[in-house]
Amino acid sequence: MLSIKNLKAGIDGKEILKGINLEIGAGEVHAIMGPNGSGKSTLSSVLAGRTDYEVTGGEVLFNGKNLLELNPEERAREGLFLAFQYPVEIPGVSTINFLKTAIAEIREYKGLPALEAKDFLKMVKEKQALVELKGSLASRAVNEGFSGGEKKRNEIFQMAMLEPTLAILDETDSGLDIDALRVVANGVNKLRSSTRSFVVITHYQRLLDYIVPDFVHVLFEGRIVKSGDKELAMELEKKGYGELTR
Amino acid sequence: MQKQNELIDQQIGGEYKYGWSSDIEMDTAPMGLSEEIVRFISKKKKEPDWMLEFRLKAYRHWLKMEEPKHWAHLDYPVIDFQKIIFYAAPKPKKELKSLDEVDPELLKTFEKLGISLEEQKRLSGVESRIAVDAVIDSVSVKTTFKETLAEKGIIFCSFSDAVQEHPDLIKRYMGSVVPGTDNYFAALNSAVFSDGSFCYIPKGVRCPMELSTYFRINAIGTGQFERTLIVADEGAYVSYLEGCTAPMRDENQLHAAIVEIVAHEKAEVKYSTVQNWYPGDVNGKGGIYNFVTKRGICLGDDSKISWTQVETGSAITWKYPSVILKGNNSVGEFYSVAVTNNMQQADTGTKMIHIGKNTRSTIVSKGISAGKSNNSYRGLVRINKGATRARNHSQCDSLLMGDRCGAHTFPYIEIKDKSAIVEHEATTSKIGEDQVFYCNQRGISTEKAIGLIVNGYCKEVLNQLPMEFAVEAQKLLAVSLEGSVG
Ligand SMILES: Nc1ncnc2c1ncn2[C@@H]1O[C@H](COP(=O)(O)OP(=O)(O)O)[C@@H](O)[C@H]1O
Repeated sequence: MLSIKNLKAGIDGKEILKGINLEIGAGEVHAIMGPNGSGKSTLSSVLAGRTDYEVTGGEVLFNGKNLLELNPEERAREGLFLAFQYPVEIPGVSTINFLKTAIAEIREYKGLPALEAKDFLKMVKEKQALVELKGSLASRAVNEGFSGGEKKRNEIFQMAMLEPTLAILDETDSGLDIDALRVVANGVNKLRSSTRSFVVITHYQRLLDYIVPDFVHVLFEGRIVKSGDKELAMELEKKGYGELTR
Repeated sequence: MQKQNELIDQQIGGEYKYGWSSDIEMDTAPMGLSEEIVRFISKKKKEPDWMLEFRLKAYRHWLKMEEPKHWAHLDYPVIDFQKIIFYAAPKPKKELKSLDEVDPELLKTFEKLGISLEEQKRLSGVESRIAVDAVIDSVSVKTTFKETLAEKGIIFCSFSDAVQEHPDLIKRYMGSVVPGTDNYFAALNSAVFSDGSFCYIPKGVRCPMELSTYFRINAIGTGQFERTLIVADEGAYVSYLEGCTAPMRDENQLHAAIVEIVAHEKAEVKYSTVQNWYPGDVNGKGGIYNFVTKRGICLGDDSKISWTQVETGSAITWKYPSVILKGNNSVGEFYSVAVTNNMQQADTGTKMIHIGKNTRSTIVSKGISAGKSNNSYRGLVRINKGATRARNHSQCDSLLMGDRCGAHTFPYIEIKDKSAIVEHEATTSKIGEDQVFYCNQRGISTEKAIGLIVNGYCKEVLNQLPMEFAVEAQKLLAVSLEGSVG
């Protein structure tokens, strides 16, 4: 469903991704690990279409479409979701209103009829329960005054609402205590399905105790230097990145 | 940044959607301004002598005044008052008895404005209604629901009718808040105003519907000089709405209005404006010069005046809706959203003059600048000696889109009483590319994202507007800023 071939990208003339190759099948969970500065966030930003980054080579196919030709909102409407490492605040705009707008645009893009208000609200209730999000959070302005944990939970809630086919979690575990981590991981696990794939970007093995990946890749200096299964993550936990990156 | 500016250029497509003009037969004065013209206008309107005297006094004073060029943060060429037509009225075919007799072109004009009078009529009997006084090129052409209002003793009519039918009220209140000699544009208006609206709410009456005036400039080369006078007697309440549009014209047109509000003891007046005069094109050609004097006085104890404005139009806006807090415990409020795009300039704000004890004022100003526009907040909070325990809270926020626009805040604070508490907060932010990207990533287009973000930013102010108006204002904000972030 996602096929990345020799992807090269950089910023201000500096190459950060130096040829990434990655195949992700439907329903698979891939973890991408690596030391700080290896290019993990750059990869998620490039996939989501942030224009600060310049793609200098390679190709990315998403459900058969050339992803790099689509603008960020088209990618989202095609089913790509990014859970941000640092979710932004949008003062004065409630999460409910925000999601209503998003869903309306996505449905219009797909040629689906608009969602009725009562169906939308029913969906909000269901998904809130699924990700254990307090009702009051969704009626507050998007992320405004949210704690770090609430922000991350709100990202997972949005993911549940938008029902993507590919979700990229960018260091979702950073800044979370163990309880918050468990809640977030539970939410993700409930959303796993045979038609939904995940890319879990993380620096630490910890998150992978809760979200068990099918594949683990190690990113170093803009290249995937090693791939394996969940055992690889554990190995890294024991030995550190040192050996792999020497 | 270069790239962002190009994108802004490409996308500034916030086109003015009200830029048609109507073919209505007009009755106009000769071009230019002189004592003759002032007399001509007064005569046209069959005014009593005291009214003519009021005009002449203002005119003679105006001759001695100088245009206020330097204090506001504005830049515009000298206005040639000899090139303006000071009176233009749709020619009445005959006395109008019912809606059916109104010029069909005129009715079409209103339909395009989204306020069909037919609609208004049909809505009679429905609970939430708006009574409309429509003013085209300075002349009030139709006031709806007059009879319904009359049952409660409410007077809502054109200013000219009021001069004829309620001379005592007009003599008592006209110029009592904004004297005919107040400032350059107020003096001009007092000399040449041709119509406007008058509203009187008697003691203890809560006006059952929103009262509304729609202003439209239509004829070429005309200025519009209307005045509004609202008087709320003891314990009365009224919510008043003002909407404005004008056709697209290459030359600049002048709008110099006066609004006066008087609130007696325990009375409350809410005045809301959605101003959408033609702002000129991308290069700053054409557009309305909007120089308006709006002032209210909380005359009695426990009275309240609240101004809410959403300003998206005009080439130049110069206005400071103010409240004189004379009565003890009186309350003044000012909620404002001012949007400037392309070459627009706005210098707007408020004055809160605290005279009575325990008086309170609140100022919330949200400026949004895009393109190469300039947006200034200018506000005065004055606490006079004896205004014990007066309080003011001011919040002035500026939002910048792109890096070629300007935002300025000029708070003037004069405190003559030590017991006063005055707080001023100001913030300037840029519309975040991060915010827009976040929306994009959820499938929301950049246009819609800006609409969402801006409306969220202005929420505190929009919440003050009556429901129907708030929806209109939200759409207007989105349209005015269409494509202004790359
Ligand atoms: N906006 C930027 N400007 C310049 N360099 C950047 C920028 N973003 C990332 N980089 C550089 O790219 C490299 C990869 O960063 P990043 O993708 O954030 O790595 P990771 O997420 O793995 O820590 C780092 O060397 C970082 O300094």
